[in-house]
Amino acid sequence: MDIHEHQAKDILATFGVPVPKGGVAFSPEQAAFRCRELGGGRCVVKAQVHSGGRGEAGGVKLCEDDAEVRAFATDLLGQSLVTKQTDANGKRIDRLWVEEASQIARELYLGFVLDRRSERIMIVASGNGGMEIEDLAEEDPDSLVRMEIDPAVGLAQYQARKLAFNLGLEGPQIGQMVTVLKACYRAYRDLDAMMVEINPLVVCKDDSLVALDAKMSFDTNALFRRTEVAALRDPGQEDPRESFAADHGLAYVGLDGDIGCIINGAGLAMASMDMIQLAGGEPANFLDIGGGASAKRVCQAFRTVLSDSNVSVILVNIFAGINRCDWIANGVLQAYKDVGIEIPVVVRLAGTNVEAGRKLIKESGLPIISADTLAEAAEAAVAARPQSIAAE
Amino acid sequence: MAILINENTRVVVQGLSGRIGQFHAQEMIEYGTKVVAGVTPGKGGTTVLNRPVFNTMQEAVDATGAEASLLFVPPAGAADAMMEAADAGIKTAVCVTDGIPAQDMMRVKRFLRRFPRERKMRLIGPNCAGIISPGKGFMGIMPPNIYMQGRVGIVGRSGTLGYEAASQMQALGIGISSSIGIGGDPVNGSSFKDILELFENDPDTDAVIMIGEIGGPQEADAAAYVRDHMKKPVAAYIAGLAAPKGRQMGHAGAIISAFGESAQEKVALLSASGIEVAPNPSAMGETVARILTPNRNAA
Repeated sequence: MDIHEHQAKDILATFGVPVPKGGVAFSPEQAAFRCRELGGGRCVVKAQVHSGGRGEAGGVKLCEDDAEVRAFATDLLGQSLVTKQTDANGKRIDRLWVEEASQIARELYLGFVLDRRSERIMIVASGNGGMEIEDLAEEDPDSLVRMEIDPAVGLAQYQARKLAFNLGLEGPQIGQMVTVLKACYRAYRDLDAMMVEINPLVVCKDDSLVALDAKMSFDTNALFRRTEVAALRDPGQEDPRESFAADHGLAYVGLDGDIGCIINGAGLAMASMDMIQLAGGEPANFLDIGGGASAKRVCQAFRTVLSDSNVSVILVNIFAGINRCDWIANGVLQAYKDVGIEIPVVVRLAGTNVEAGRKLIKESGLPIISADTLAEAAEAAVAARPQSIAAE
Repeated sequence: MAILINENTRVVVQGLSGRIGQFHAQEMIEYGTKVVAGVTPGKGGTTVLNRPVFNTMQEAVDATGAEASLLFVPPAGAADAMMEAADAGIKTAVCVTDGIPAQDMMRVKRFLRRFPRERKMRLIGPNCAGIISPGKGFMGIMPPNIYMQGRVGIVGRSGTLGYEAASQMQALGIGISSSIGIGGDPVNGSSFKDILELFENDPDTDAVIMIGEIGGPQEADAAAYVRDHMKKPVAAYIAGLAAPKGRQMGHAGAIISAFGESAQEKVALLSASGIEVAPNPSAMGETVARILTPNRNAA
């Protein structure tokens, strides 16, 4: 789960990371007020959306006074910001962050991630900040310093000091860097983060260190015990279909194609998408209905998939282990009744209670296309698309 | 022989008193698995499915000599239950639970390192379908009838995709020595490489199919192991050719976040290591058939 920059800065500040003074604003008047709160002079206005690359996309501006802040805020609020990390629709700007301008001498990169090879929290840092980490890894890989943290010991003082020296910091900067590193590590560990990124972490002209930007993302599996983090969720930044699906126990990811997918199991769902592509089609979504799916959950899956207007055919592919094919079949029949389906549906059932499931489909009298194997199912779905789309 | 479980493996079920635990334990017993006890803190002294239930793993192990454990423990307590199993002397633990916090798993992995090699617990999962040695026994939630007894090993992250492979193989008359689900989480108990090593040393396994997906470094590590240390032929399939970068595909671990983590890159790496990669998920069975044919490289 992602949160906004201003929320990440608030959290990191409570752990001891120095951040610029500032305030959040939901209207142009409030933004101008925030500017006056900071003294009324030069300040930075930043669009708060869950995406990187906001500066390049025109979502960040250095303003000279509150009038300029008000004008920029009026332009931004309510608009969508399209960055290189968002899709073509972008993300809606509902709030801004207004902060004091910093006197930058040097920019560093600092990231904390879960390293899957060592199975530890790893620090990735560079003396060459300001760039996206992907670009940094490509253009200046030698500048990257990595350090693993032993979960039984935590971040040792010497490790933090060594990292600070490796980045070329000196004098009073060293102690401050140690403070920042230990604070980020504690925030990561104590709040079940998956990522903490400060980019750039700036060295100011007076030798102080400040987190000019901050990004945090959290382990959704741990939100049950991090209610203060869960409360920071902003549904306005999420795809409404994905939020709807998640609320009904479905894992859904919207894609660009027109073949809607309802599958059980993440691996089989990915494999079905691959098979659709090989058969010459494009999947409209990833959807895992999970284990022990009831007829009701199958109906919600149909609702979710059909809410994408690009969908022209639906492929249901179930290999039941912990699921039951007859329950799934009942769910499909229920969906015809309750949801209303006017496009072709291909159903492939296998595994537990497969005969009972197939019988239900066959005897329903509904125009359902049945398939026996994964390959047949994908080919049938591609063939069932309306001609106008297939011809494109 | 098979790996990790056979007809003699004595299994304790952590969470046997729960609805899910009881349902699957029943199926395991019907299949012939030696389920000897259950553990549910606070339910000690009761019986479920005619098996004694204990409060602690230590009591269960001491009383029954169990060497394997299957966990149906909810996410909040699952990591703790794994550590309890390791401490009680369990050799093989399988955790089905989905939704365990990643940092809990980091702590479990660190905890397991405190034991000397000869009494270190092997953990399978979490977020997996379990393990089965067809005709001998199983620990997990899979439909056991789709697995035909034979001499090919299966190791995969996804449960349902593993079922798909097993049924394609059954349709071609190819049987299975053992099938191991390692689970879809970013931090898991056993890696592809760990399981490939067991299959390489198992006299009852002639070949292996490995079913991977996008995200993480484990498929690449397995490819290096196959190239440098395996004599048995290996087939593979990698799911997620159509998956976009940076989006999590259901499994917590199925996300392309670094170089080398996409399906395309993994397929290239596996092929270069001498692994026969199935071109699509419908061809997993026939790809296994191909590596079982002697002189496959002669043609």
